[in-house]
Amino acid sequence: MVPLSYYLVLSGMLFACGVTGFLIKRNIITIFMSIELMLNGVNLSFVAFAARWQQLSGQVFVFFVMVVAAAEAAVGLAIIIALFRTRETLNVDQVNLLKL
Amino acid sequence: MTPNLHLWLIPILPLIGAAINGLLGKRFSRQMVAGVALAFCGAAFGMALWIAARFSSLTLPHVENLATWLSSGSFSVDYSFALDQLSLVMLLIVTGVGFLIHIYSVGYMWEDGGYYRFFSYLNLFMFFMLTLVLASNYLLMFVGWEGVGLASYLLIGFFFLRDSAAAAGKKAFIVNRIGDFGFLIALFLMIKHFGTLDFQRVFDAVKPYSPETAGVGFLTAIALLLMLGACGKSAQIPLYVWLPDAMEGPTPVSALIHAATMVTAGVYMVARSHVIFERAPSALMVVAIIGTLTAFFAATIGIAQTDIKKVLAYSTISQLGYMFLACGVAAFSAGIFHLMTHAFFKGLLFLAAGSVIHAVGGEQDMRKMGGLRKHIPWTFWTMTIATLAIAGIPPFAGFFSKDEILWRAYQASWIYWLIGIVTAFLTSFYMFRLWFMTFFGEYRGAAAASHGHEEHVLDSRAGAPAPHGHGHAGIHESPAIMLAPLVILAVLSVVGGWVGWPGSLGGNNRFDQFLGPVFRVSTPAVNTEHAQAGESLPPEKETEGAEPKTGHRTELIFTGISVGAGLLGLFLAWLLYLRRPELPDRIAASLHGLYSAVAHKYWIDELYAWLFVKPLIALSGTVFWRGIDQGVIDATLNSSADGARDLSDEVRHMQSGNIRSYAAWIAVGATAVVAYMVWVGLRTP
Repeated sequence: MVPLSYYLVLSGMLFACGVTGFLIKRNIITIFMSIELMLNGVNLSFVAFAARWQQLSGQVFVFFVMVVAAAEAAVGLAIIIALFRTRETLNVDQVNLLKL
Repeated sequence: MTPNLHLWLIPILPLIGAAINGLLGKRFSRQMVAGVALAFCGAAFGMALWIAARFSSLTLPHVENLATWLSSGSFSVDYSFALDQLSLVMLLIVTGVGFLIHIYSVGYMWEDGGYYRFFSYLNLFMFFMLTLVLASNYLLMFVGWEGVGLASYLLIGFFFLRDSAAAAGKKAFIVNRIGDFGFLIALFLMIKHFGTLDFQRVFDAVKPYSPETAGVGFLTAIALLLMLGACGKSAQIPLYVWLPDAMEGPTPVSALIHAATMVTAGVYMVARSHVIFERAPSALMVVAIIGTLTAFFAATIGIAQTDIKKVLAYSTISQLGYMFLACGVAAFSAGIFHLMTHAFFKGLLFLAAGSVIHAVGGEQDMRKMGGLRKHIPWTFWTMTIATLAIAGIPPFAGFFSKDEILWRAYQASWIYWLIGIVTAFLTSFYMFRLWFMTFFGEYRGAAAASHGHEEHVLDSRAGAPAPHGHGHAGIHESPAIMLAPLVILAVLSVVGGWVGWPGSLGGNNRFDQFLGPVFRVSTPAVNTEHAQAGESLPPEKETEGAEPKTGHRTELIFTGISVGAGLLGLFLAWLLYLRRPELPDRIAASLHGLYSAVAHKYWIDELYAWLFVKPLIALSGTVFWRGIDQGVIDATLNSSADGARDLSDEVRHMQSGNIRSYAAWIAVGATAVVAYMVWVGLRTP
């Protein structure tokens, strides 16, 4: 049996990677992926706790997160495509103005 | 079973008048305002007369308790009024003279602005003064005491557009505050030692004490502090400086408040507290010395004044000094007697002076008057009676009261008498000087008048349109409504003294006998210590009541001397100001230093300014204002506001609009929270 702390440490490392990527990357797709990474880090801790305490609510919550993440990916990618069409760049530093 | 006289109505009536005029008077016509003021003041006077008529059937002192005002533990103060011989005399003086002056004001103030305001204040003054006189405990008396100070302030500053009037009002108020401070401390001491402020109970508590002949005990302390209060209110050395300035007020105000009634409140208070004073011989001596010095000192200043009202103001201070001298030699009824006659003749003098000022169109400088005798005969004759009365010429009122005081002073110490008699001479001199300068000789204001008057009138009655801008030809007698009070007061100035016809002249001094019960009851028991107390406190028999028959011959001699002093003053004034009018200037020139000291009122105002006012202003300006107010209180507030602004200025930069920096802050915050939780988790296993 793998101890809970292993899962938690892995979850924390995943989350930290996501945060770091979110903060330092300029490419909007990479940032997007970093967010997914954070979400999955959190998901991992949910599942680990659910298994540890033998309760389903953690598992259920993960499904919700996955659904929301999928919806977000769909909308987000659409936005990114629209953005690229107008700005012809994926660098967020160059799209910090709301107007053209 | 004593009848219920509803004493509370007497002060309340003028208050109602003040309220009606004060709140609604702006819409009233002048007739209506005057009607309201006169009706309520007259009602109070009528009630006082009604009470006087029923007086003999009362058991005295007659106390009417309305309600408990405040009570705290065993200490309580009632809202209650008391009537005895002393307060009846005061009641009649205040309402009677007050009513006459109200009538006079109707005419005098007719042309001035703020008519309703004036009468509202005047009625308010009556309310407080009657509260003061009728109160049956020190605290209620203090309410009246402060209230008359307020009314005085309001009325001195009545022409508030004029800077000097506003400043004079302020000065009166602040100087009085010093005296009130003494009064208050005296009240605290009474509460501490007797646990009550009720007159009767305080005096009952004091009675067992024997006079504090050796050293200064708490009775002496209380007495001295009360005297400080009296000094402020009654304009005695060292707090007299406000009264001459108070002449900035309209003349009826000077007559009512600063001559006849309010300034005598201090005398009343000392007489009322005589039980305490009699047991504090050293305090009594202080009272006598202050009274004597003030009488003399103010009289000398009065000689060199040229403003007709200023002369009368210093004369008032001087006469108040006589009253305190009487109280100081434990001749309280003589003091009250002089208070009464003084109310008549000094009230009359001020009203007549007001009539003179009215006649010459606002001019107050006696050097610009003269020869007015023919133009304003009524004013002239009434003023003559008042002048004779104050100069102590028999059989006018002032003669009897002043003579009695001087005689009693002589029994205490010949020094008091000597200074008193010199003062009597000075009084006679400056009063006849005023009389000659105003009514005799040639009119001196005419040449400059026709042009300069308009301006002057405006100046002296700021805020009001010039009532009468006319020169010599326009000198006119005052209307009947102003002359009637003059005539009535003149009659009183003649006959008012007859109630105190002394035994030495074949009378029996009924006034003294009337007041006797108030003052005699509490005379301290004669013991050996007392007899040694010496000059300042005559033995019991002479303290009050019938005078010993054996002294009549001596007394007559002294009466002769004081009449002689009065006549000498008359003669000298006649010589200097009518016969040889160039002499005063030559004398003034030859006595240059002395004359300028007197003319400048001994530079007392300047001395006080240098000694107290300037240091106080400097202290307040630097330490209290700039130091504490600005440096500490404002600074604390301002720096906390500045700190908040600086902090926000820094923190504001967090709001950069950059997504990633927000995210970084969130991450930092989250890390901090997690770190804290981990730390807590590690500490509590």
